[in-house]
Amino acid sequence: MSNRVTNLLVPIVSVVLGLIVGAIIMLVSGYSPIEGYAALWNGIFGDLYTIGETLRQITPYLLAGLAVAFAFRSGLFNIGVEGQLIVGWFAAAYVGVAVELPKIIHLPLAILAAAVAGALWGFVPGLLKAKFRVHEVIVTIMMNYIALHVTNALIKTVSEGGDRTERIFASASLRSEFLENLTEFSRLHLGLLLALIMVGVMWLILEKTTLGFELKAVGFNQNASEYAGMNVNKNIILAMVISGAFAGLAGAMEALGTFEYVSSKGGFTGIGFDGIAVALLGMNTPLGVVFGATLFGSLKYGALNMPNAAGIPIEIVEIVIAVIIFFVASGYIIRLLLLRAAGKKKEAK
Amino acid sequence: MSFMDILYFIVPSAIFYAAPLILVAIGGVFSERSGVVNIGLEGLMVIGAFVGILFNLLFADTFGGMTPWLALIAAMVAALLLSLLHAVASISFRADQVVSGVAINLLAIALALYLVKSIFDKGQTDFISERFARYNVPFLSDIPVIGPLFFTSVYNTSFFAIGVAVLAWFVIYKTPFGLRLRAVGEHPMAADTMGINVTRMRYVAVMISGALAGIGGAIYAQTITGDFGHATINGQGFMALAAMIFGKWHPLGAMGAALFFGFAQSLSIVGSSIPYIQEIPNVFLLILPYVLTIFALAGFIGRANAPKANGKPYIKGQR
Repeated sequence: MSNRVTNLLVPIVSVVLGLIVGAIIMLVSGYSPIEGYAALWNGIFGDLYTIGETLRQITPYLLAGLAVAFAFRSGLFNIGVEGQLIVGWFAAAYVGVAVELPKIIHLPLAILAAAVAGALWGFVPGLLKAKFRVHEVIVTIMMNYIALHVTNALIKTVSEGGDRTERIFASASLRSEFLENLTEFSRLHLGLLLALIMVGVMWLILEKTTLGFELKAVGFNQNASEYAGMNVNKNIILAMVISGAFAGLAGAMEALGTFEYVSSKGGFTGIGFDGIAVALLGMNTPLGVVFGATLFGSLKYGALNMPNAAGIPIEIVEIVIAVIIFFVASGYIIRLLLLRAAGKKKEAK
Repeated sequence: MSFMDILYFIVPSAIFYAAPLILVAIGGVFSERSGVVNIGLEGLMVIGAFVGILFNLLFADTFGGMTPWLALIAAMVAALLLSLLHAVASISFRADQVVSGVAINLLAIALALYLVKSIFDKGQTDFISERFARYNVPFLSDIPVIGPLFFTSVYNTSFFAIGVAVLAWFVIYKTPFGLRLRAVGEHPMAADTMGINVTRMRYVAVMISGALAGIGGAIYAQTITGDFGHATINGQGFMALAAMIFGKWHPLGAMGAALFFGFAQSLSIVGSSIPYIQEIPNVFLLILPYVLTIFALAGFIGRANAPKANGKPYIKGQR
């Protein structure tokens, strides 16, 4: 079996194993897995409305996945997507309510604000990594909590003691009547388009620019890149900034499309952490991220139908997602088993 | 309120908030000293909290006052089993340890909530009836100043946590086991050459971290919240991770950092009724532990160096 095939098989095997584990858990706890997965299926594809909402859910997953994947390609693990997303969400919503401008200026401005906020939140760990060799994982985790508490405090200030901002002006909204009519008035918005464009942007940066080449080189081997005359520190900071910008855009999707406001949060949205799953499943490639985001976004939205239709707690899907990550991360052992299985087949012939 | 009154008010509540953090941070020290990054502390704490509360609710009638302590044992076992998953993935399957930790966190909270909803048919459990009780230590609480500060209306769990920290220091720095643990985390190949079983040491270390995180979670749930829901632990595990780093991967350092973070947490909660402190916006107290950890890592507060082999799977024969 060629390397390419095994690389593709690992995520597929992991997804199948994840779904099997989910079925076993449902069975053991006294639910019917068939009913459960049927409810999940209907929750994803049931009618035009649910399809619209599923696509809406996939949108921030695409961007969060891109953010994690982009950092991974440069050899960095950005667990801070969650925090970057939250500050992006706030920044976009703030620009959305603070001023009223013509749409052609207001919407790009709000989107840009989110990207800049996210980039700034990614810049800090990038700088610390480049200057002080501080591991980015810990810094980004800490930055997540700082983002959560700081935005909550800012929301309180902006809303004069309340726990959510006003609705953003229509001129900053990503919603589109056309998409709403198409999908029986779901909240599907133009952000999906933007997210797909960003998939292309990431591909362009990585595959067609000198910057992308350098980033990947730094990801493979820092010493070699340094020796080849690349500025490793600059590339590390840039990678985190771009990754943070993607994450900030994911926040803009929630601020300008799905909710059209920002409210204070007791805990994380979870989108940033699921972005890790998306990127891993997609093997950190732009196209892979599309598949990963589609799968996890669908699972996540479809799960909402499970309590009503089958009486199963929605957390079952979270369990499945966690198990999938676990198996993808343990790719070494799956690869080993696949190779063994392939080897045995050859012997049999 | 005089200054001493304020201290009498804050110090006991700081210790009270710090106890679970100390235990979980010490767990982290064991795991990371052996070279296995454990981001999964949060998830292990969640499972500990859930199992602790569940055990307490189920057996409060049978065991009475002993229930919270027995619940700690149940929580310890549950979290230890979950930590095995992390151990298998990151030691035997050579998975990225951070990714595996993230999976543990997602899995733990999902599994716990799934079970809560299956068993109780609602988003959180009932409140427990048997909690850890506060009490005044006889004689010691009569000592002026120190008595009211450290020995009045205290929880036994706080003394337990501090005891574990001291014990951990002894084990890691004064026993052969501790020396091996540190060797495996700094230079596994050298340790292997000297006949130490790297894999076994790391498994043991991760299991210890699971056990301590489970106990920490159960203490947190049984002293502070009294029930279990999606927001029960809410970042305490990451706070413990921060304490471990701020304490420079040293058990007593981690304890000191945990006490300090407990102090910051209790200030952010009770601070609104204390003069001067109520002037400080709450958000500064809330982000203080995280900001300090970043400063510590950046070397502004003494350099914090992780064990050398931290996060790298050990592959025999690989240079």
